[in-house]
Amino acid sequence: MSVDKHIVRHIAKLARIAVSDDEVAALAPELSNILGWIEQLQEVDVAGVEPMTAVIPNRLRLRDDVVTEGGIQADVLRNAPAAEHGFFAVPKVIE
Amino acid sequence: MTSLTDLGVAAIRDGVRDGAFSAREVAEAFVGAVEKGRLLNAFVVETPERALSAADAADEARAIDALKPLSGVPLGIKDLFATKGVQTTAGSRILEGFEPVYESTVSARLFAAGAGMLGKLNMDEFAMGSSNETSGYGPVISPWRRSDGGNAPLAPGGSSGGSAAAVAGRLCPGATGTDTGGSIRQPAAFVGISGIKPTYGRCSRWGIVAFASSLDQAGPMARDVRDCAILLEAMSGFDPKDATSLDLPVPRWETNLDADLKGKRVGIPREYRIDGVSEDIGRVWDQGIAWLKDAGAEIVEVSLPHTRYALPAYYIIAPAEASSNLARYDGVRYGRRVQPEQGGLADMYEATRAAGFGAEVKRRIMIGTYVLSAGFYDAYFNRAQKVRALIARDFEEVWKEADLLLTPTAPSAAFALGEKSADPIAMYLNDVFAVPASLAGLPAMSVPAGVDGQGLPLGLQIVGKALDEQGVLDAGLAIEQRAGFTYRPEAWW
Repeated sequence: MSVDKHIVRHIAKLARIAVSDDEVAALAPELSNILGWIEQLQEVDVAGVEPMTAVIPNRLRLRDDVVTEGGIQADVLRNAPAAEHGFFAVPKVIE
Repeated sequence: MTSLTDLGVAAIRDGVRDGAFSAREVAEAFVGAVEKGRLLNAFVVETPERALSAADAADEARAIDALKPLSGVPLGIKDLFATKGVQTTAGSRILEGFEPVYESTVSARLFAAGAGMLGKLNMDEFAMGSSNETSGYGPVISPWRRSDGGNAPLAPGGSSGGSAAAVAGRLCPGATGTDTGGSIRQPAAFVGISGIKPTYGRCSRWGIVAFASSLDQAGPMARDVRDCAILLEAMSGFDPKDATSLDLPVPRWETNLDADLKGKRVGIPREYRIDGVSEDIGRVWDQGIAWLKDAGAEIVEVSLPHTRYALPAYYIIAPAEASSNLARYDGVRYGRRVQPEQGGLADMYEATRAAGFGAEVKRRIMIGTYVLSAGFYDAYFNRAQKVRALIARDFEEVWKEADLLLTPTAPSAAFALGEKSADPIAMYLNDVFAVPASLAGLPAMSVPAGVDGQGLPLGLQIVGKALDEQGVLDAGLAIEQRAGFTYRPEAWW
């Protein structure tokens, strides 16, 4: 699989990572190389094999739908780069 | 008298209990070693006050006969574990200054058992690396040097490179590590110490910064097998806060240690004899086989036919999970924020992540995003999960013929910093022997077994059935007793 600059920009957009022209030029062959190496999985016969979803069979537990830890608003916001009026603050989204 | 910093976990625990020295003396000795060892760049944050206060608590506990299992033992904590009130960065600049308001389950268990904390250990950024060169805080330098007199700075391995260097350099008697695809075992092998990744689910992942959640497991790194058993016992146990935590009692691994392997069948997988591996590795592996035979084990040749597909499957699954897990670093709730002038919310996300993540992390997020994207999910991610099922099935088949497996830990001894950093795939190949057990969730450990022609440590890996950490530790002990590995790096720092 060859990854061109157009694809790199598309993936970077999906991943929300800004990339410069220089980075795009460097990433295209790097990602192509890695994906080319991964390509060898296509030769494995996986007919009838179910994808693995858990390494150790372990039934997921349910708990009662109640508040277990609450009332820690200040703690939740403590590491926020910007917080106002008890909320996380972000740049204006709606004009 | 030997220096207190030469003592391991068991020796410190027992010495404090018997009154041979105080916990305070031990903590002061290691705090001094950490300060003196700054050239190794093993610690991102030093917390001498935490080590000393735990030591004082241990000395007080001894006076009233209330010692705990790890009273008096100061540890290093990998910077992937959230530590309440102490900066936790996962080796990334995007988390610089982040001080968790909670404690990871594993570190909480260690502290509840009486252990102290010397500081937070450097690591590859978000545990993505095999050399510690991807850390946002500079690479860790291995305490080891080649015997050629060239003094080239060597990689301590990764991602738990700070843990490895600190334990090997006698900056701490033991440390926590985490292993997603070899991040405990490969660095342990590179610096001549022991390290075990338990069965997936033994240690709670709660409060460990997530990389690839279906693979991430915590485990101890220490100078011998007994110390690993002691630490693992304290770290393990059911935690309702981790949905994949195993609800099983924690065995008494230390008490039950037994190097007599009579009746055990040890498999030697023929697919692990690959090209491009140094002769020294083959020699140490053959030696290991002889040692296990001497310990009473029966040696059988076995086959794991899908071994060669483990690494490429891993490099789809782990980046895919990472791309999801690392979506949370968006400059909103914690960590760094970069706000371009005139920019909106999406610009902030993109600028924050561009500035905060290093090159390898960006590479893996992008690979993961690609293999999960519309049109490629089946061809890449789903296929990789099917190959993973086949790899797990290989092990299931092998357990009909063998109880344990013996392999080399890594395909080479430690390499120099910069030697492999330009070629991602060459770097990924470091974990060729470690990744299959990770994909299958099996317990696996590395123990030091010898040195190569340059005087650098080489490790052997033991892989066991799910939940058979005891078997793994026992075989590790059998090797340790016969290898007589007494090499240690000369302190140049």
